[in-house]
Amino acid sequence: MDLPLADFLQIDLPALLVAVLAGLCCGLPGNFLVLRRQSLIGDAMSHVVLPGIVVGYLLSGTLDTLPMLLGALSAALISAVLIEGIKRLGKIEAGAAMGVVFTSMFALGVLILEQTGASGVHLDVEHALYGNLESTLWLGLNNWQDLVSPSGLEQMPNSLQRLLGVCLLVILLTVAFFKELKISTFDPEMASSLGFSARLISIGLVIITALSAVAAFDAVGSILVIAMFICPAATARMWTDCLSRQLWLSAFFATLSGITGYLVAAFGPLLLGADFALNAAGMIAVIACVFQGISMIFAPDHGKLGRVLKQRHALKMKQNLP
Amino acid sequence: MLTELLDILSFQGGYNTSVVLLGSALLGMAGGVIGVFSLLRKRALISDAISHATLPGITLGFLVALALTGTGKSLPFLMAGATISGILGVLLVQWIKDNTRLPEDSAIGTVLSSFFGLGVVLMSYIQTLRDGSQAGLESYLLGSTASMLQSEAEMIAIFALVITLAAIIFLKEFGLVCFDPDYAASRGWSVSKLDLLMMALLLAVVVIGLKTVGLILIIALVIIPPVTARFWTDRLGLMVGISAFTGGISCFLGAGLSALTPDFPSGATIVLTATTLFLLSLFLAPRRGVLATGLQQIFFRYRISRRRALLDLGQGRPLFSPLLVLSLKREGTLDSHGHITKSGHQKIKQMMRDQDLWNQYLTDYPEEAFAQKDWSLAMISDVLSPDLINELEERLQRQQKVTV
Repeated sequence: MDLPLADFLQIDLPALLVAVLAGLCCGLPGNFLVLRRQSLIGDAMSHVVLPGIVVGYLLSGTLDTLPMLLGALSAALISAVLIEGIKRLGKIEAGAAMGVVFTSMFALGVLILEQTGASGVHLDVEHALYGNLESTLWLGLNNWQDLVSPSGLEQMPNSLQRLLGVCLLVILLTVAFFKELKISTFDPEMASSLGFSARLISIGLVIITALSAVAAFDAVGSILVIAMFICPAATARMWTDCLSRQLWLSAFFATLSGITGYLVAAFGPLLLGADFALNAAGMIAVIACVFQGISMIFAPDHGKLGRVLKQRHALKMKQNLP
Repeated sequence: MLTELLDILSFQGGYNTSVVLLGSALLGMAGGVIGVFSLLRKRALISDAISHATLPGITLGFLVALALTGTGKSLPFLMAGATISGILGVLLVQWIKDNTRLPEDSAIGTVLSSFFGLGVVLMSYIQTLRDGSQAGLESYLLGSTASMLQSEAEMIAIFALVITLAAIIFLKEFGLVCFDPDYAASRGWSVSKLDLLMMALLLAVVVIGLKTVGLILIIALVIIPPVTARFWTDRLGLMVGISAFTGGISCFLGAGLSALTPDFPSGATIVLTATTLFLLSLFLAPRRGVLATGLQQIFFRYRISRRRALLDLGQGRPLFSPLLVLSLKREGTLDSHGHITKSGHQKIKQMMRDQDLWNQYLTDYPEEAFAQKDWSLAMISDVLSPDLINELEERLQRQQKVTV
């Protein structure tokens, strides 16, 4: 199998970068969502941004970053208000309230798409579900030097720029507010006694979640967004009890599944002698979950196997006692 | 357009359309009934995992059917595949919840994204096959009644009817399991078996609804109608009825609209019809609706500020709120010049005495007073027993004598 460098740089490299960056910018906030038992906010966000993106597109006529972000963020905001309202007024659990809102918003997005024919241009529902990782092209890259040359950087695809920006922001905010996030996640009451509002941090986390979902949504589709919010963090949680280590591990697993998943989808069938590629976003989600599955069974302290063995050992020790 | 819609809705749009409509309405009812129990059992989002988990089963069912019969689009194979992978999905959620430190929401998220991802991968493989029949497979994502065969529509209608009947037969048992599982167990019912039955019915609704509503939005069918019903009533039987009605009518209208124009994809139309009914309930429901709650709030504030105002007047302080002055004039406490009328003096005296009694209550029974949510909001005689009020009055008089 021989692979010209230019092809790799133009087709595979941007896709790999998008996959990894999307994984990172969803995976990091995902840690806090998993710990706070709010994982499904990621699920909800990845659905509610659709009508926002569609309306942003219809109003501005372009798929530029700004209208898309504004549209998606306002959709996320409306949803958050609705969810809170339904929860309080109807005395309904958060999950069901979220279910009502995100299915409605997604249905609205689908209907507007079909009604306006925006689907013909660039947006369509399938794309919203599984993204178009494969069609992220970085034209103008012919060799490695182009990566740092101004003319090469100029042609960096829109979605990659967006992800790069959001990813840097997410990392920056996570580092800057690490202490606040940690305390408000594990002990919200201590947060208020230390003089900052746990509520404010929660709202900030939801906004960052929405932002990551929007940035990643267009490139990798809602399904991978959900997988990346949950799987890397859940995997990391199997290996450690230390939050900062968990963040590093989740970043590692997100990167690893992004790269492995893309490579398997793009080149796996070729290696087996077939001439097609599989859907990369779906494959990355599957790989991320495979890592999680392996960790759930084999991780030393929190894996199933380790715990069973420990139990047996303890039982044996007990029997040996006089 | 309206007359055409009415034609379709009155079952005059041809046999096939009529069966589709009827089947959809029954499906909506089934979803509404079983959804109430999954909502009350706090399992609403399990259906999200189930519905996404059906995709790999659908695609594998397609591949098996293709290998065995030569065409992939065979509803029984697809539905069998969907059922099997849906069951696997539920079991996996349960396993993760029971065997790892991850909470249920993470388990649901993991299962739905991994199964759906696998389905998407298989789907991209199917698309590479040189076979014409895969085109219809995408309709399972967002639902489509347009391509539905008559036999499929009949099958959906029959299954939906069976599910609705089963849910209604077990209404009492399910209700008790939701509200008081311990009592249900003490009556000799197996809670786990009833839970299993509920889950099976939920799964059945999801699987037969895939074709009509699509797997992304099918959970709306088991969540939106029960939540809508919750706004209207606290009684289980009524809630089931309202929920079934909401679900049925949404599917009926939604499927009718989408039969009329291809611009209305059936899944999204059905969900948005349900959403409309939900929003109406959210705003207009008698006790819990936004409007009712808002009015209650305003009335509550008015009661407090009126009380405050009467006490202020009694102590000779001026009133600053023109609105309040206006309303006091209207009820006759103040005359048109802003002076206190004769009946006004009486009201003020009464209110001040009430406040004194409340204060006395707070001094004598501080703990009870703090627990009393109506403390100094309602008239004391409406809240406390006459004996207690007599006692408070006596003490108050004694104290006043001492101060004099």
